[in-house]
This record gives sequence, C-alpha cells and structure tokens, in this order.
Amino acid sequence: MNNLIPLLVVIPMGVAFAIPLAVRMNPRLGELLSILTALTLLVISLFLPSQEIIYHIGNWPTPDGIDLRVDGLSKLMLLIISGLALVVGIYSVGFIRQFTGHYRYYTLLMLMVTGMNGVVLSGDLFNLYIFVEIATIASYALVAFGGEHEDLEASFKYAVLGGLSSSVILIGIALVYGMTGTLNLTHLASRLDGHVLTPTLQFALALLFCGFGLKSALVPFHTWLPDAYPAAPAPISAILSGITSKAIGLYVLVRLLFNVFGITDDLLLLLRWSGGITMVVGALLALGQWNIKRLFAYSSVSQVGLIVLAFGFGTTAGIVGAIFHLVNHAVFKPLLFLNSGAIEIAAGTRDLRKMHGLRSTIPVTATTHMVGSLSIAGIPPFNGFWSKLIIVVAAVNAGFMGWASLVVLMSIVTLAYQLKVQTAAFFGSNTRSPEVTPSIATGSRSNAEPLFMAVPMIILAIGCGALSLLTLTGLDEPFFVASAAEVLMKGVFTW
Amino acid sequence: MSGQKPTEGMSLIVKTTCGWLKGFILLYGIHIILYGHLTPGGGFAGGVIAASAFLLILLAEGQRAGLKTFSKKAALTWRSVGALIFLAVAGLGLVVTGTFFENFWTGHASGNFTHFGGSIQASEIGIGLLVCSSLYLVAMVLFGCAFGFESER
Repeated sequence: MNNLIPLLVVIPMGVAFAIPLAVRMNPRLGELLSILTALTLLVISLFLPSQEIIYHIGNWPTPDGIDLRVDGLSKLMLLIISGLALVVGIYSVGFIRQFTGHYRYYTLLMLMVTGMNGVVLSGDLFNLYIFVEIATIASYALVAFGGEHEDLEASFKYAVLGGLSSSVILIGIALVYGMTGTLNLTHLASRLDGHVLTPTLQFALALLFCGFGLKSALVPFHTWLPDAYPAAPAPISAILSGITSKAIGLYVLVRLLFNVFGITDDLLLLLRWSGGITMVVGALLALGQWNIKRLFAYSSVSQVGLIVLAFGFGTTAGIVGAIFHLVNHAVFKPLLFLNSGAIEIAAGTRDLRKMHGLRSTIPVTATTHMVGSLSIAGIPPFNGFWSKLIIVVAAVNAGFMGWASLVVLMSIVTLAYQLKVQTAAFFGSNTRSPEVTPSIATGSRSNAEPLFMAVPMIILAIGCGALSLLTLTGLDEPFFVASAAEVLMKGVFTW
Repeated sequence: MSGQKPTEGMSLIVKTTCGWLKGFILLYGIHIILYGHLTPGGGFAGGVIAASAFLLILLAEGQRAGLKTFSKKAALTWRSVGALIFLAVAGLGLVVTGTFFENFWTGHASGNFTHFGGSIQASEIGIGLLVCSSLYLVAMVLFGCAFGFESER
C-alpha cells in the first residue's frame, strides 16, 4: 500500500506531459485523461492508511533523502484535491469548449494537481517549496487562460504578488537551513523542540508566515485574490478557491506552526487576530460587490479567515471545527463558482445588477446555488452549519465569547450577501434585452448548463448535504476530520 | 509566425562562426548530460548548454534556419518525452525493487561504471531533453516566433 504514495505525484505529472502528445492522436484525449487521472488519484487516496507513514524515496534514510509523509491530515487533503479535480475535470468538458487550446488547459490543471499533491505529501521544506511553485506557476497561466485584457492583468498581479511571497518563503527556508542545518520536517522539528527560537529563527518564521499568509490570502495579503478568481475560468476559480489556496497556503502554515516550530500562545493570538480581521474584512467587502465572481472571491477571503480564527483557538474542538470548515468550504465554494460560470453564460454578464429571473433558464444552477448559499451561510441541515456550530462552541468553551459572537455576526453577513445574489440573479421577472442575455433570449437552456456542467454542480450540492453525515460519529470527532485534527494536536513531529 | 516575417540572421561572418561552433556546443552539452553521474553537471546543466547551441542557430542564422533545425513541434515532443523518460526511470525503480526511484540499474554489473551510470544516467538524459527543449521553447516565445502552436499540434 505504501508504494502507492509516490504515484499521487507521478501520475498527474506524467499525464500532464503525456497530454500534449496524446492530443495529436485525438483532441478529446486531454479531457479524458484528466478525468481518469483524477479518478485514479481519488481511489488511491481512499486506500491510503490514516496512520503516519514516511516513505523514503530511493530508500535513502531520513534526513539524507527525500521523504513523503502521509497521515490523517494529508490523507484528508489528498481526498479533497483529487475529488475536486475530478468534479472540475467533468465540468470543464462542458465549459472550456468556448476557449481555444484545450490541451494546454488540461496540462496545466494536471500540473496544478501535481503541485498540490506534492505539497501535501512533502516531508521536507525545500521540496515543499518546489511543489508550491509548480502549483502556483500553473495557476498563473490558468488565471490568464481567457487571454482577455483583464485576465492578463489579474494574472500579472497574481504573479507579482505570488513571486514576492515565494521569495519571502525561500529566504525564510534559507534562514531555517542556515540556523538548523536541516530541511527535513521531522528532523527540523526534533532540532527545534524544547529550544527557544533565536531571533533569526523568529524572523524566518515571520517570513514564512507572511509568505504562506499571502498564498492563503490573509488580510492584508489578500489583494491578488479578488482579481485572480474572477479572471480565471469558472472551473479554475472553483479549484483555486476550493483547495489550491488551502493546500499551498493554509495547510503549510498550520503544519509548520503546529508540527514543526511548535505552537505557542503568542502564535495562537496571531492566528486569532489575523483570522478574525480577515473574516470581517472579507465579509464586508463581499457585501458591497456587484460582480458575482468578485463577491465569491471576497467570500473566500472571509471563510479562510474563519478557518484561521478557529485554528487560533488552539483547542481540539477549534482545530476540528477549522478542518471541518476547510473540508466544507472545498465543497460549497467550488459549487458557487461553478454556478457563476453557468450564470455568466446564461446572462452574458457577471454584473448582478444586469441579471434577473434566471431560475427558469438555468434551474439546476438555481437550485444548487440555493444549496450552496445556505451551506456557506451556516443554515441547517447543510454542512456549513455543523462546522460553524463546532467553531462557535469551541470559542465559547475556550472563553472567547467575543470571537464566538463575531463568527455568528459574520454568518449573518454571509447570508445577506448570498441572498443578494439569489434575489438579483434568480428571482424577479426576466426583462433583460436579448443582446445582454443571449441564452435567455433564445430560451436555450442547454448552452448555459449542459449535462457535463450540471452533473458536477449536482454532485457538489449533494456533497453539501452529505458532509453533514460526518458528524454522525459525534460533533467532537467527525469522521475523517478527527484523525486529521489529532495530527495537529499531537504537536511537533518526533524523531 | 503570427503574421510577422521570420528573421534571416546576422552577417556572413557570424553565420560562418556559428556554423563551426554549434556542433561543438551541442556535443559538449551531450557530454555534460551523459557524464553527469561522474563530473559536475548533469541533465540540467547539459540541457542548458545543448539549448544554447540551438539558440545560437536561432539568433545567428535566423528564425527560419533555427526552426528548420529544431522545430516547435519537435521541441514540444522532446519536452514531453524527456519528462516521461525521467518519470519512467523513477517508476521502474518501484516496479523492479519496490521502492520509487531506487537505483535498480546500478551499472556495476557491466563492470564499467565510468561510462555507464545506470538509472542515474538514464534519468539525466530525460532531464537533459526536458531542459533543452523547454529552454528552447521559452526562447522562441521571447523571440516572438513560437505562436501558432495550434497548427503544429
């Protein structure tokens, strides 16, 4: 079973390079190979054991060689990545036909999956950095995939800020290596364990926090996100918001803080405040948006803030709530972005003020969007309710009444901006002019939500309900999530 | 060519010098790739040197001659082939010994490790092809002669 671990990186990378050759035989092979690869990765991830495994590449022992690490948290992340890649792959079959150069899209998508899987599996800082770069550079190109002026501008902004964060991370890694002489995460944790961080290492940790904070879009490092997500094609916005920013940003951040450097009260305070501010700023900015994708992008900022805030409680319940909300966000936010793709095709615009009464034109989108909206706002019985409930209870139990109240308040704000989308896009009479709303004018439903686009939205909407079932094992230990939280609660890796 | 006229290269002196040098540069790149298991260098360094031979042709003899020597389609193919060779060598380690990237083909059995580097050498060849063709493609994009991939797919 352990031999399957490297395949999680090798298969998508191999397919990424095989697609340009395969499409010469048949142009449709790109999408077929991508979907089959995502399905294979999902099956492999399901069969991985939840207990800790360290795989030595080339049989080189730690810390001389390259390690791949699997545990409850990385298994959960791998499941989300491959599951989302599968859904996005299916949706892309219907959506990406409007663009040229399909095979490049699928190649880049597979490279992004390679990078994310690599980050999650990496057992050392340098390879982790390499995989972060693979995922990030692929996402720069995907954001610019539309080729329009605003796509290129957003991609450029993303690339500049992403490059800045990568530089900061690399300097942080260099300082860590200079001070400790190792980059292997387990070895590094053992060298740091029980020691007070020197000023240089504190500086290195600050650099890593800022670098990965930028990749996670924590305020004030969030400015790239509201441009990048709207510019990207809808399926790419879905995967970027659903998992990429979590895998290459948030996941690494909590790994380093909890399992390598060791969490302290000061760091928890930092997490609470940066998460809290991000949550409030993101939600308030989302409330004022009329561009549907930009609204969802700011909503992503807010939800990331909530997750970071919950990590900052430092208790088991807080971490369980944070990880559960991360999982839920990887379902409802991609759903909302996929909805936005269908809405944009149907209405011919992203401006909420210019669309009305789309419910009859795109009924699947309207229904699934309702489910996604209720989930993200934390309305029972959907998954978002349970994760927010766990977070609020964790905050109250930890004595953070103010933060608990703020989480509830921001949930109301979330409901407000989701209702704004609902009323603007789906309700009211359809009185738009034919040139603004081409699909409505022709009464063509199939253009806006063909089968390949409708099925992934339905799957994700079912996921919003089904993930609530994870709490059947208890609110304090949801299925899959509890074993992931346990990894962080164990503290630093032991040598 | 995206509508623009391909360049015809530099002066006769430069073209003649380039004609003499390009073979040696390419040979040196191949040498660095093949002996990466023994000497400083390897697939990456050798790939860069080999790519510089093709870039020299592109610059000195013009885009038409450059693309005739190493076309976009060929570069795209060799880029993929190089990456797949690298992954195949790593994957064969898993198949043969049960460990990913295990050096299963050590070269000791041949009794001549100097020239034969086993799976290290094979993976260096893959990296060399990947780096050489990728760098060449990057240069083509920068020179503005890489557009129109669709027609060459």
